[in-house]
Amino acid sequence: MRPRSGAVLVLSLLAGLAAAGPARAQDASQAASQTPPAASQASPQSCEVPAYLLNTESLLPKVTEAVKGGKPLNILVVGSRSSTIASSADSAYPAKLLAALKQKLPSTPIELSVELQGGKTAEETDATLVKLVEAKKPTLVIWQTGTVDAMRSVDPDDFRGAVGEGVVALQKAGADVVLINLQYSPRTETMISAPPYLDSMRVVAQQYSVPLFDRFGIMRHWNDAGDFDLFSTFHGTDMAKRVHACLGRALSKFVFDAARLDPAQQN
Amino acid sequence: MSSIADPVAATPRSDSKVATLAAPAITLPVTGERELRLDLFRGMALWLIFVDHLPANILTWFTIRNYGFSDATEIFIFISGYTAAFVYGRAMLERGFVVASARIMRRVWQIYVAHVFLFTIFLAEISYVATRFENPLYSEEMGILDFLKQPDVTIVQALLLRFRPVNMDVLPLYIVLMLFLPIILWLMKWRPDVTLGLSVLLYALTWQFDWYLTAYPGGFWIFNPFAWQLLFVFGAWCALGGAARMSRILSSPVTLWLCIVYLLFAFFVTLTWHIPQISFLMPKRLEQWMYPITKTDLDVLRFAHFLALAALTVRFLPRDWPGLKSRWLRPLILCGQHSLEIFCLGIFLAFAGHFVLAEVGGGAFTHALISLVGILIMWGVAWVISWYKHSADKDASKAKRMVNADMAGGSV
Repeated sequence: MRPRSGAVLVLSLLAGLAAAGPARAQDASQAASQTPPAASQASPQSCEVPAYLLNTESLLPKVTEAVKGGKPLNILVVGSRSSTIASSADSAYPAKLLAALKQKLPSTPIELSVELQGGKTAEETDATLVKLVEAKKPTLVIWQTGTVDAMRSVDPDDFRGAVGEGVVALQKAGADVVLINLQYSPRTETMISAPPYLDSMRVVAQQYSVPLFDRFGIMRHWNDAGDFDLFSTFHGTDMAKRVHACLGRALSKFVFDAARLDPAQQN
Repeated sequence: MSSIADPVAATPRSDSKVATLAAPAITLPVTGERELRLDLFRGMALWLIFVDHLPANILTWFTIRNYGFSDATEIFIFISGYTAAFVYGRAMLERGFVVASARIMRRVWQIYVAHVFLFTIFLAEISYVATRFENPLYSEEMGILDFLKQPDVTIVQALLLRFRPVNMDVLPLYIVLMLFLPIILWLMKWRPDVTLGLSVLLYALTWQFDWYLTAYPGGFWIFNPFAWQLLFVFGAWCALGGAARMSRILSSPVTLWLCIVYLLFAFFVTLTWHIPQISFLMPKRLEQWMYPITKTDLDVLRFAHFLALAALTVRFLPRDWPGLKSRWLRPLILCGQHSLEIFCLGIFLAFAGHFVLAEVGGGAFTHALISLVGILIMWGVAWVISWYKHSADKDASKAKRMVNADMAGGSV
């Protein structure tokens, strides 16, 4: 038993602080010399997504049917604030998805609407989902969720239940579903614990055979590969726009693959 | 092989020499030389927890959570239960319930103060981030900082252990577990096996009825104390003679093969997480039965994985292994001997590391460098603390005589 343990603790932390000082400076110089300008100024073209991050066994039969039958494709995006960019929604991933799909399917009439459920957990969104689907009769619902639940640290079991219920309701209403998980947000990693929610969404996707667009994994890959420096403090919307452009394109490819529309993708 | 009989106890003697103190129900090994394996693995757990708290980098691949279900937290809580029971169990036998409880409460207070201190540092860090960081990409995520707008509530909730930032969940768990240590030890003194049985029962009931502690502003404790107490009590049970009584099970070849098969299975399952291309090999039935493997409630699969690892370690790493005295393992052992200080330092360094990465950016190399530098700092500080204890403090000579002082103090 040591009565001085508190003092030792303070000392140890101070020592840690002192030692961290030079380390920080060292890192700064190394980072400056090692990061090529190209890595931080990534152009939208350089955001490749490895195939395994876009693979899915689950299908989108309603989308396939609509496109092959020449019927219109009606897409509804339900999401929280990370599904848009403040004051420039046209540059957010839903708009980019629409543009990419139109390019890929010139003969299919495509409509896309976005319903933002800012600050709502999955459970709170469940209530509105059915109403939205009844009003819009979408072929495909793209549901981005998890962020609000993670921020409020909702019990992952409850979250899993809520997402599952939502998915079932959407499927019952006759829509295909794609789930989108959280953003990779390294800055808030010490404050928001994403893993339980990522896992829960993976489980739900598996359980109900719903394609899961792994936004978290994809963004982390871009960060690791140097396409985007997601740690950095950009004050403008420039980087957000580029990230969303890349996400939109990746998502269009994902939807295409899951609907087995691209002949080149069929095995 | 005699070491198996006494896997983590303090003396390498056979059962006949194990001192049986006042109460016949539990046995405490005679105070001898330190059990270096405990220090070694606790030090390792501290390093791994630190690395796991940083953003993923090359060093992350050396942490055990990538190769199986359990991770460093299990090791940490188990060893904490072991050492706490060892130290305070002795106090309870020699000085009685009141004195032992008083000592435990003092320890609880120390851990609580450490936790509050860490929270202050955390507040400083995020307040800084909140005022400087602005990226429209993350406008939603930054909403997490809204709690700064009502410090009156937040800080009080933090003092009540209900508001815990990410990565600061282990100390509150430990505080709660230590609070109940007097009762656990008192029960153990009476009937160790019954105590362990009660612990298992509580664990089962927790799973059955979904008991948990609520947190602020919403949600629950990330480490459910009702579930995690199982590891802690199990550690205590092992320390108080349980390990010796399990020796026959531990040395049986059936156990060996069960452990190996289970660890391989866990390894394969984890592999499918890292290489999604091979996830089709996993039977869907199995996936649906197995997932999610929850850390919050200490999933049975995680507990079993820890048991298998521990059983193999005890079998293949004898307590008198000469490597334990080698220079190369010294840093780990040193860190393990001052676990509360080094644990807190690790949490702080993880914050600092995040901060450095955020402020100066940097690629994979900087990430790995920060992990390495952090580990070196942990080692350095452990060395300094140890130097204080043995050379600089005015009662340094007394500390040397109290053989297990480190264990008592460092039983986070």
